[in-house]
This record gives sequence, structure tokens and C-alpha cells, in this order.
Amino acid sequence: MEVIRSQKRTPSNDTVSNPKIPLYLSAPQMEVRLEEFELFAVDRLRVLKGVSDGLARGRNPKEMDDLVDTLWKEHMRDPDASVMLNKDIISHFVLRLVYCRSDELKKWFLSMETALFRHRFRLQNFEAQRAIVGEFGLPYKAVTGAELEGLKERLGQVVRSLGQISPTVEAVYYKVPFEEVPDLVASRRVLIQKGFAFVAGSQLVSLVVTQFRSHISKALILTNRKWTTTIREREKDRLTPIVEALSTSYLGPDYSQSTEYAEISLKDIDQVAKSSFPLCMRHLFEKVREDHHLKHGGRMQLGLFLKGVGLKLDDALAFWRAEFTKKVGSERFDKEYAYSIRHNYGKEGKRTDYTPYACQKIILSAPGAGDHHGCPYRHFSEDNLRAALGRMGLSSRGMEGVMDQVRNKHYQLACTMTFEAVYGTSCDAGINHPNQYFEESQKILKSKTPPAPV
Amino acid sequence: MTREEIESREDESMMDAPQINKPKPEEFFNVNYLRIYYGKSNLFPYSDIHKWLSYGHDGKHPGCDEYYFGRREFSFTLENDVYLRYKSFKNASSMEDAIRSHFPYKIDIGAVYSVDPDKRHAYSQTGSNVFTPVERELVFDIDITDYDDVRYCCSGADVCSKCWPLMTVAIKVIHTSLTEDFGFKHILWVFSGRRGVHCWVCDPKARRMTNEQRSAVAEYFRVYKGNENNARKVALMGYSLHPFLARSYVDYLKGFFEGELQATQSIFSTKDKYEKILAMISDEDIQSELRGKWENSARSSLSEEAISLVRWEQLKNTLQSKKHKAPTLRMCVEEIVFTFTYPRIDLEVSKQMNHLLKAPFCVHPKTGRVCVPIDPNNCDEFDPLAVPTLSQLIEEINSGGSRMDVDDDSDDSDTSLLGKSVKFFRSSFLEPLLKSCKEEIESSYKTKIGKSKDSLSW
Repeated sequence: MEVIRSQKRTPSNDTVSNPKIPLYLSAPQMEVRLEEFELFAVDRLRVLKGVSDGLARGRNPKEMDDLVDTLWKEHMRDPDASVMLNKDIISHFVLRLVYCRSDELKKWFLSMETALFRHRFRLQNFEAQRAIVGEFGLPYKAVTGAELEGLKERLGQVVRSLGQISPTVEAVYYKVPFEEVPDLVASRRVLIQKGFAFVAGSQLVSLVVTQFRSHISKALILTNRKWTTTIREREKDRLTPIVEALSTSYLGPDYSQSTEYAEISLKDIDQVAKSSFPLCMRHLFEKVREDHHLKHGGRMQLGLFLKGVGLKLDDALAFWRAEFTKKVGSERFDKEYAYSIRHNYGKEGKRTDYTPYACQKIILSAPGAGDHHGCPYRHFSEDNLRAALGRMGLSSRGMEGVMDQVRNKHYQLACTMTFEAVYGTSCDAGINHPNQYFEESQKILKSKTPPAPV
Repeated sequence: MTREEIESREDESMMDAPQINKPKPEEFFNVNYLRIYYGKSNLFPYSDIHKWLSYGHDGKHPGCDEYYFGRREFSFTLENDVYLRYKSFKNASSMEDAIRSHFPYKIDIGAVYSVDPDKRHAYSQTGSNVFTPVERELVFDIDITDYDDVRYCCSGADVCSKCWPLMTVAIKVIHTSLTEDFGFKHILWVFSGRRGVHCWVCDPKARRMTNEQRSAVAEYFRVYKGNENNARKVALMGYSLHPFLARSYVDYLKGFFEGELQATQSIFSTKDKYEKILAMISDEDIQSELRGKWENSARSSLSEEAISLVRWEQLKNTLQSKKHKAPTLRMCVEEIVFTFTYPRIDLEVSKQMNHLLKAPFCVHPKTGRVCVPIDPNNCDEFDPLAVPTLSQLIEEINSGGSRMDVDDDSDDSDTSLLGKSVKFFRSSFLEPLLKSCKEEIESSYKTKIGKSKDSLSW
């Protein structure tokens, strides 16, 4: 794949001919404009994050099919079918570069691409599915006639063992070496005889997805090797910065400009912390008040959040000063801490206006001894979390739902459930940014308070 | 009871079998006997083991890989628990020499790797994972201590004629599935020397399975999901059993449960025992109803076995009439049978190619018994307490006068203690295996030659 500066793209006639879902078996031989390199990747990333979100919410397979259909149409569609296909292929390969670079990134990408593939496959009609299976070169044969008759009773038993009360058997079964469908074998979802598994048409997905996953997994290792040995260095002024930025990109509003609801002043801050802060920020805030100090991670997480919430620089300085000078004295505060607060607001050095951290980033942080930042749903012990939730006013029943999400590692869903319990309202969008939690909370509270008398 | 020597902390209780001239326990196993066993006594079947693990690559055919045997990992456990891993041998005689210089207490067989295990460091410098397993038998390990919650005659390291049948049933269920469902042909079952069995599936297809595929087969066999936090350790969902489980139930488990198991374990005869079974029924009312019946009949004059059978019938009848009450009751009867009888394999052993497993014909240090093959088609006849011990073998040599020539195929070797096992290993397992391996080497060689011939032709 050749990445070029803005030039007319050469018409590509080397796209894969018929399958509607490309298998990404090899890097495409086409030229890509630099802008497209990033844009296509961002659009695909939106799809993958949508998939991730859907899975985290425990959507059933049919719901996921619909979700994927919607996401794909929203972000990846183009009136020209061949352009759409190119975008599909290019975006996948760009994201391979982005996500090959660590085990955690690889795992996420592999899971999401596999899920995406699975549901796109399920949306295809039977003929298209067979064509894709053929593309993988899988040795399958349809079982018919006398052989099928002989197996019917036991196939019916399999169907019943899976929870279907009537033993109606599908019209088409495929005879596949059992090694090709390990997950169906492991869960006893197929009849096995003399080394062959009898896979129902509806189970074909499993066959194909296993192949897909295995192929992408191997590809990611090779891509990583190429990246670290040649590409990263060669592209350090062009593609590398784009690639490195893409993996941490949070794709929602960045809360760097606070909105009308969110301007708070110093005198309100304690009250507002109690009423509208998400658990992570409440904890940090309480610790500052208690210890008159926070370590660096906590200062960054809370400090940027407060900026997003509408705390002006002067007020911020006053807040931190009031607390820290109780511990370190005014001179040290000016020398060691004031500068970085001003830096966060873009008034020093590079003058970058730093954006408040999204949940994704906070969850991935690694608080150590003496730290209080991070995501309590992830980083607190169960007991501590329960105590903290109790202080937020959750009943023990509400808490169970939250703890359940935590056990399943759905930290943002846990926070969303907390939000819903505290404010007595549902939050369909789901919490993915602390400032979002704050804004939503303020909206609800403001709508409940009567207007001030004139 | 006298204790065995060596590092055994467990008390091995002996069976009250009426045998005369029984060697004293400390003589079941000792280092000197071990030296004789592995020494020039021709007891340990070196060349059979070598032939087996060469899988036909004996260098006699141009298609052979003469380095194949040398890439197999072995490990030795010596006296004092010294453990030597990544041992490999060029050929049978270097394997013999190594065993005769170390006299290991245990020999394990690992995988065939991409390069000689003992030269692995020479290759690992070149970046990508060059030292990696490429072939390994599909193996299973069944240990009777995993059944401790359902056997009442023994616990821990002990095994007796009352609980050994659990192993027999396990062999039947797994063996049938391996042959009927998975189509495997070259399967070796081996006594582990004390309280369990090992299974080696040696088909080429099996040896090339990936970890994921091995894991799938292990999970296919898995039914029992127990720990101390749940009382209902077997949960059979759906409206019927999967054909594999149904066949196992009908052909082996049901009969065993209602017959031999009741006789040997009397699983309903006391309150402690039947409470455990009642806990598997997920309906309080049914539990109380049965409990009521059984508490009242506690003073019956029937034998333990008869009581158990009566109660089992009562349980079945009650559940039959009430099973529509909840989905979890639908197959409660089957669940109970499975809990007590279905094989419990050690999943970890089967899932990874690099897992090592004890070699057949080793001697178990704690019992002195030889790890002899078991005939799966005749496993009812196998008695773990009649397996030759090291001391018996040595005694046989000393008293016999006949040369213990295990390579002798004449009828004499049938009567020697170990000869029968070696003969079985050869005729039932090794010969068919080697025949099929040679056919495969021959045909893949022909294919290769054919291909290169084609590439030369115009």
C-alpha cells in the first residue's frame, strides 16, 4: 500500500472481486492519499468502538447484527461500491499498524475485528456466506441424502441438548474435520463422528470466524515486526505520528471548552463536588481536602477535570494553593506546583491546552502506592468500592448491580449504573467521560430546582 | 502398619489380600532394584520405546527423518527430587546410556520440538521463536484423587478394588469417544503406577493438533465443574443429552451406577451420604419429601446395598413425577449419575503441547509398581493391586533361572511377570502403529517425488 500526498488517486481495479466482506488476506496494492490514511482509520475506529460498546453492554447476537449494520452504514458507507470496499480494506490495514504495537492493543483489535467480521458475516445471505467460506479454502462438504437420514436422530438430540425443545434439524449440514471448529467441539454444539463434525448452516459462522481470527492474529505479529524494524523509523515524520495518536484517540467531545452549565466558582466547589462529581473525581477531591496534597497523577486527573468543569485559572490556583500550602507552604507551592497548573491551562511552555482525561485513559492508568487517581471501579478493592458507593447514597440493591458490572470488568457501565441510581434516571448514552457525567448531572439538577425569584 | 521408605508422607494401607511370602513394604522399591530394572536385566523395553517414539523414522526408508527421535524432549527425576529437563537422545543406545547412568526415579516424555531440546540455546538467538513444539501425542491423565468427594472407601493416595472401577468406567467412556467420535486409531492406555491412568493418542493427526484443538477435545470431555462453593457440580442443561453423553450414560454410566457402585459405595446408606445427594436436587420440597422417607426407615434390616437401591428408586420416582417443576430438575437423575461416575480428566495435562507425562514402563517410586499398559477392551480385568512390583520382578530373576529376555517372542515370555505386558504393548499397539506410520512415510515420500518430477516435466 503506497501512501502519497494529495494527488489524483489511480483507479484501482485490484480490489477483491466478489466477496462483500474482504478477508484482508494481503495488503492491497493501491495508492492512498495521506488524508485518507487518517480519515478512513478514524471512521473504522468509530465502528470498532461502537462494537466494543455493544459487547460491553451485553447485547445479544441479533442486537449486535443490527448495531453493526447501523455503524457500518453510518461511518463506512459510500455511494460508489468500489470506493466503499477500498475504504474498508485500507482502514483495516492502517489500524493493523496502530494496534499491533502492544499485547493489550493487539488483543482489543483482534476481538473487535473478529466481532465485526462475525456480525457482518451473519448479515449476509447464504450464498454470500458460502462464497466467503470458499475464499478461505475450507474443506467442507454438504451432507445429503442417505447419510443425512442416518444422522437425523442424533442431530436432533444435539439440537435438543442446546435448549430447543423440538428436535427439528436444519436442512443443510456440513461435514467438516473436527479440528476446524474447536469452539463448537468444546461446547458440544455439534455431532462428531469418526473425526468429522456435522456443522449446521447456521453454525458456519463459527467455522469462518475461527479462521479469520487465526489469520488476523498471525498477521498482527508480522505487522509488529515490520513496524518495529522498518516502518516506524522510516515514517517518523509522516505516518508514525498519525499511527501513534490513533490508538489513544477518544472519539467524543473533549470538554476542553466548558459549556454554559458548567461554570463553577470556588465557593460552589464543595457543594458541586458532592452533588455532581463522578466517583473518581469525588475521591480525588475528598483526598485533597483531607491530605492537603495529591501526587502527580491525581493532580493531572482532577486538575484537568476541574478545568473542563469551568474552573477558571485564577480560581484553580486559589483552590490548589489553599490546600497545598497547609502542607508544603506558600513558597514551595509557587515554586513547584503553580507552574504546572498554569501549564495545564495552556499558559506556559508549549501553550497546549490540555484536554481532560476520558474514562478510557483513566481506566488504563496504573495508580501506585500513595496515588488516588484512576478509576475506582477498576482500582478499588471490593470493600472500599462498596463503602464509597454507600457514601454516594446507593442502596445495597443498587450496589449489587454495580458490583456485578465491576466483576465483569465493565467499569464504565458500573459508573453509568451509579449515575442512574443516584439521579433516578436512565443514561442510555453511557458514561465515557467524567466531564460528561458532570454535565449530565448538572442538567438534571438544574431542571429540578425552581427558577430563582426575580 | 509399616511405612514405606523414601520421602512418602502418606500412609499406604495394604489390602488384606491373602498372599503368602509378601515382600515387606520397604522392599517394594529401592535404588538397587531400580538399577537392575534399568540395567542389563532386559526388563525395561528400551527398543520398544524407541521404536514407538520414532514413529517409523528408523532410517530405512528414504522418506525418513533420521533426526526425528533426537528432537523429542525427555525429562528425568532423580533421587532427592533433582529434575533434569530438555534431555534428548540421538538414538536408542544413547537413551539407554543416559538412563543407565542416572537411574532416574521417573522418566517423562515431552514433545517433539523444532530442534534438539538440548541444543535449543544455540538457536534462540535468531529472533523469532525457533524452539517450539511441533508434534506431541494427545494425552489424558485421570487420577482417582479427583473423585475423593464421591468415593467412600478410600481417600488420597489409596486405591482399592471398590473404587478402582471408577477408572475402568472412565477408560470405557473416553476410549469409546476417542475411537467412535474422533476416529482415532492408535491409543495406548497406561497404569500410572498408583492411583490413575494415562492415555496416549498417537495418530499423526493427534500429534499435530494445536493447543487450541487439544483444549477443545478436553472441554468436550468435561462435565464436572466442581469446587467447594457449589453443591450441584454437574449441570446438564437443555432438553436432552448430547449424543456423546447419552451414549456414555446408556452404555456405561447408568449400569455402573445402579449396579457395582451401589454395592461398593452404598451412597445412600447413611445420612451424611444421602444429604450430599439431596443437595444436588434444586428443589427444597423434593429434598424434604425424600429426607422424610429416609429418616424414618433408618432402622431397616436390609443390607447397606439394598437400602441404597431402594432409596435410589424412590428418588427416581419422585423426580420423574416432579421434573416439570423447573428446568434444573429436568435431568437431575442423570446429573446425579454423572456426578458419581463420569470421567474427571485433568484438563491442564491435555491442553498444552509442552506438558510432560510419565513414560510407560517406568516404576512408581511410592508403590514400586510398573506403569504397564491396560487393554481398553478388557479393562474390567485389570487389577492395580496385581501389577508387578519392582521387588517381584527382581525376585523372579533371582529365583527363576530363566533368562529374562524380553526380546524373546516365544511363549516363555508370556509367563514372566512383565513379558505379558510388553507383548501386549507390541502386538496391540506398536505393530499396528508402525505399520500405519510406514505407510504414511511412504505415501508422503511418493507425493514429494511425484511433485518434483512434475516440476521437471514440460
